Amino acid sequence: MATPIKDVVLDENRPKTLLAEKHADFIIKLFHSEDNYEFAITDYLRMSGMYWGLTALDLLHKRDKLLRVDLFDFIKSCQDPESGGISASLNHDPHLLHTLSAVQILCMYDKIDILDIEGVVKYVASLQQPDGSFSGDKWGEIDTRFSFCAVATLSLLKRMDSIDVDKAVKFIETCKNFDGGFGSRPLSESHAGLIYCCLGFLSITNRLDIVDRDTLAWWLCERQLPSGGLNGRPEKLPDVCYSWWVLSSLKLLGRLHWISSTDLENFIMACQDGETGGISDRPGDVADPYHTLFGLAALSLLGYSNIKMVNPTYCMPQEVIDRLGLKPQVLA
Amino acid sequence: MSDSSDEEISQQKWVFYKDRPDWKDVEPIPQDDGEEPVVTIAYSKEFTDVYDYFRGILKTQEKSERALQLTKDAANLNPANYTVWQYRRDIIKALKKDLREELEYIRQTIRKHSKNYQVWHHRKVLVEWLNDGSEELEFTKSILETDDKNYHAWQHRQWAMKTFKLYEGELDYVDSLLQTDIRNNSAWNQRYFVVNNTTGFTDVVLSNEIDYTLNKINIAKENESAWNYLRGLLLHDKEGLSKNQKVVKFCEDLYNSGNRSAFLLALLVDMCDEEITQGSGDVLLARQKGIDLCKELASNYDTIRCKYWEYMANTLEKKGTGTDEACTSSTAN
Repeated sequence: MATPIKDVVLDENRPKTLLAEKHADFIIKLFHSEDNYEFAITDYLRMSGMYWGLTALDLLHKRDKLLRVDLFDFIKSCQDPESGGISASLNHDPHLLHTLSAVQILCMYDKIDILDIEGVVKYVASLQQPDGSFSGDKWGEIDTRFSFCAVATLSLLKRMDSIDVDKAVKFIETCKNFDGGFGSRPLSESHAGLIYCCLGFLSITNRLDIVDRDTLAWWLCERQLPSGGLNGRPEKLPDVCYSWWVLSSLKLLGRLHWISSTDLENFIMACQDGETGGISDRPGDVADPYHTLFGLAALSLLGYSNIKMVNPTYCMPQEVIDRLGLKPQVLA
Repeated sequence: MSDSSDEEISQQKWVFYKDRPDWKDVEPIPQDDGEEPVVTIAYSKEFTDVYDYFRGILKTQEKSERALQLTKDAANLNPANYTVWQYRRDIIKALKKDLREELEYIRQTIRKHSKNYQVWHHRKVLVEWLNDGSEELEFTKSILETDDKNYHAWQHRQWAMKTFKLYEGELDYVDSLLQTDIRNNSAWNQRYFVVNNTTGFTDVVLSNEIDYTLNKINIAKENESAWNYLRGLLLHDKEGLSKNQKVVKFCEDLYNSGNRSAFLLALLVDMCDEEITQGSGDVLLARQKGIDLCKELASNYDTIRCKYWEYMANTLEKKGTGTDEACTSSTAN
């Protein structure tokens, strides 16, 4: 009996080559649109939005096209002098997600010193819980995403000594599921985005040994659908952001070659917007900076020429990670 | 990106905060960079107005009835703004508001924005404050009725079940979900969650769960979730993956009936792999069988993952001859 598969069909007239110039223009335009409604209502995720846009631009070798003098002042003013954490935008509360985004941007521009680094370290350390997990902010939402944000931030600042790493690893270990994957909390369903967070965490802490390597890598390969695109859980539609989360996870496990790179490349190309530039979640949808970054980063992992090499752990240009002297673990 | 809803606001006659006499004493604070946003669409004017006043009360830390109402308007325009929710909770505490009323409000809000982190977190905090999880199963069920894989709803449900010990009847609920959609991976995961946190995988439970799962596989043989659950169950079988007679017979019968589900073949490969590793039975035969299955998968039944099956064939080949480098996890760096 034929089984219905949730997937999409790629159109014959889809874009088939990388529209690099258009993507760069798309990002640059977003950074010059303060008068735009979309810009106004997205201030609650501005810091992460800037990280997506600036990293995408850098991967396209276009970093110099966007040198806004006020960028660093803005980031500096988003640091809360009391807690040391960084917020998405002015008048917002600090949050671990945006703290990492700010640190990532400043590392890319080699400007980390404009921050009160001790403040950031104190903030991240203050969010670790007795069981080793991390909350995203002072209100205590626990999620493996925040474990990743915490160690990514601290390792970029070379201050991993400020938290209890062993306990943090133990918590991640409790989130490992019977299918080899990881969820947001112990026994939560395996989800490719959270698997990336957990593997990224283990890569930074040099503990990828706790992973059931081939069980998980096989589960990740199963995410590839006939269209070439990847989904995040069984029976879900493909989405470009999972191209990154699944692919970077496979890269960390040394199993990138297990999926069909040609099919995935075709899928990502098909998600480009030939008119406005930018990449969307699925063919025909509206492009945004988030999917643009993750689409480009996935193409970089596939070895696409004209895109800078991306680091699979940090989702930052490899040259930045090299400059910082970081060597996150990758299985051969 | 924006899942904010402005329906409610535009349906009634909206009066800008700047035009409300009872708000004259609050100084509105424009958005970050100080530039006056050029607004062209009607609702963006409302957005600017509401958030200018929100920043105004945030600065003075006003905690009042009108401030509470303002946070509702702000959350309605953008439910993902976590600062609005945090401040709303500050006000609720300061004014000692009726938490049940707030629970009802967030119920309605989650129904409209069920994939938003902040609204779910708000509900969790309220339930913690009330120390009463008795409404959570019904509530999450109502959300799962419209989206049965909603990650937030499942996470909240698991949290409530664990915190307030609400496991009773859950397996029946899971079963009803699987009857509706046998491929619902979230439901399969929930099944594991319940068994793990209640009876555990004792011999009897394990046997019953295996029967249950094989039945479900019989209904839909290309169901990744059920096959994965079966593998999860076999992790609790002391004998391993390849010694459970019920499962082995089931798989062999299915194969002999002509079925070539990639998940069936994959399990058979792993059974061969285990037999070779343990050195039990006819190792040479298991090796050849495993390699043949991998070849079938690579060339016919799962071609998109042919690289994986080539790797597995290679692994089995090396294993049988005593050089099993391919299966040790060497690390770089």
